Amino acid sequence: MAVYLVYTLVPLAWLLISATKTQQDLLSTSGLAFGGTFALFDNIGQTFTHDNGIFLRWLGNTLLYVVVGAGGATALATAAGYGLAKYRFRGRRAVFAVLLGAIAIPGTALAVPTFLMFSNLGLTNTPWAIIIPSLVSPFGLYLVWTYTTEAVPDELLEAARIDGAGELRIFFTVTLRLLAPGVVTVALFAVVSTWNNYFLPLIMLSEPDWYPLTVGLNQWSAQASGVGAQPIYHLVITGSVVTIVPLVIAFLLLQRFWQSGLTAGSVKQ
Amino acid sequence: MTSISAPVEAPPARPVRPTRDVGRLRVDRKGWLFVAPFLVVFALVFLAPIAYAVWLSLFREQVFFGGTEFVGLANYAAVLGDGKFWESFLRVLLFLVVQVPVMLGLALVAALAIDSARLHAAGFFRIVVFLPYAVPAVVATLMWGFIYGDSFGLAADLNRLLGDDVVSPLSGDWILLSIGNIVTWEFVGYNMLILYSALKVVPNDLYEAAAIDGAGAFRTILSVKLPAIRGAVMIATIFSIIGSFQLFNEPNILRSLAPNAISTFYTPNMYAYNLSFGGQQYNYSATVAIVMGVITAIIAYVVQLRGSRKGA
Repeated sequence: MAVYLVYTLVPLAWLLISATKTQQDLLSTSGLAFGGTFALFDNIGQTFTHDNGIFLRWLGNTLLYVVVGAGGATALATAAGYGLAKYRFRGRRAVFAVLLGAIAIPGTALAVPTFLMFSNLGLTNTPWAIIIPSLVSPFGLYLVWTYTTEAVPDELLEAARIDGAGELRIFFTVTLRLLAPGVVTVALFAVVSTWNNYFLPLIMLSEPDWYPLTVGLNQWSAQASGVGAQPIYHLVITGSVVTIVPLVIAFLLLQRFWQSGLTAGSVKQ
Repeated sequence: MTSISAPVEAPPARPVRPTRDVGRLRVDRKGWLFVAPFLVVFALVFLAPIAYAVWLSLFREQVFFGGTEFVGLANYAAVLGDGKFWESFLRVLLFLVVQVPVMLGLALVAALAIDSARLHAAGFFRIVVFLPYAVPAVVATLMWGFIYGDSFGLAADLNRLLGDDVVSPLSGDWILLSIGNIVTWEFVGYNMLILYSALKVVPNDLYEAAAIDGAGAFRTILSVKLPAIRGAVMIATIFSIIGSFQLFNEPNILRSLAPNAISTFYTPNMYAYNLSFGGQQYNYSATVAIVMGVITAIIAYVVQLRGSRKGA
């Protein structure tokens, strides 16, 4: 395990240490040693002001895509997972088969046709091109489904119905509370996949003003190695740290919830 | 395609059959209320693009006059005879055969180690091992790319230490290994978590029974834990296979650091992407995507069948 910890942490340590170096120190000092000057705050300042503060704009875009896309994905997956777990209706098995098939289809295989479709609809180069595809999470639905089976007793639903509560009211007042850890888990995974999404925005967006952090960072990096380039490695590295930190904090803060959400609703037989 | 999309479009307004044995649950059309919103978006972002891709794959761009021409299955024949396609396919296959067992093996060892009570600070290990999953592929690749690099990376430090150019992760001979390392680093923790979650729900009496039978720790792992988490191993394997065939982000981002080692058709996905966005060959690109999708689905399905047969 100790070896494994080193393997996991050394690259991250390298990244953190490098973020404290000036461009010059980066090139002249050893990777895991600090440079002559501690330039972290200077680097952060430069990251946010470089190129008229475009990085801040990318951060805002990422937040927009995450809040609307991942939020929507969680809501849709929660409702659908609950519906499939607790109601018997015609076509339920067909829905199940379609979803299983969807998990096996490589998402990237859909990307080119989705781009062409969205392009015909005039949606490329708009936030919708990123948000709409982020709204569907078959894996999230699967998690909610198994979690519901575990955590929401049928007797409770029946009791609520006898008390005269409507289906929607039952869902919002009874079910959602019981499902909380499962929903947090699904939300967290949806947030990660939207925050980290690279392929879809790369295809859909040509306007840097709509880029999320991932595409923007790679553009900065590619800029550094082109012909007549003006390298900004220190900004790429500091920007990377800024991109990771919010997710790591979210995972640490919500640890208790998502871990119980996974174990109760996981791949149990 | 029809076999998949037809049931979804089936109107929910048909008369409900008389209740069969469904326990306490009602046979209730109200279920659609909860499922329908998901399905509408699902149809828009999954089914429609698939249908559109199939449609596209039947046409070919006219070279001289513009517009497109119906060519039937000619694009499929072309893909199957395309040396670039097979080269990229064999490359991800090689990648899969080496990287997936290494990654899942590590994940399994980590999950078992954390699960066995002997390890102190199990919670700490769990979160640290999982940490890379929160790192975007772009950042992970840029980070490892810099580390691999000979200007200010750790590879340069190592070579300086050894006094020779021993490691060159960005050269043609090493690059696939280097990509494998990035992907392993990113996803061991994620797979560990899937396996660990499955281990957590193994009923305690199984362990007690094993202890009474005189099983040691190793024997317990072999006879109790591994069989109990076969389903989770299956799921992790299938996700990893799908992931390998989809390989795109890491090689595509590394390309700016190692343009000579990574071609535009390094993986099938990069090939499809570059056909579209570099060459405007949308119809042929759609065909490549479909062929890869079908191959992936078939292999995932076969692995699943074999896995469940072993369990019988």
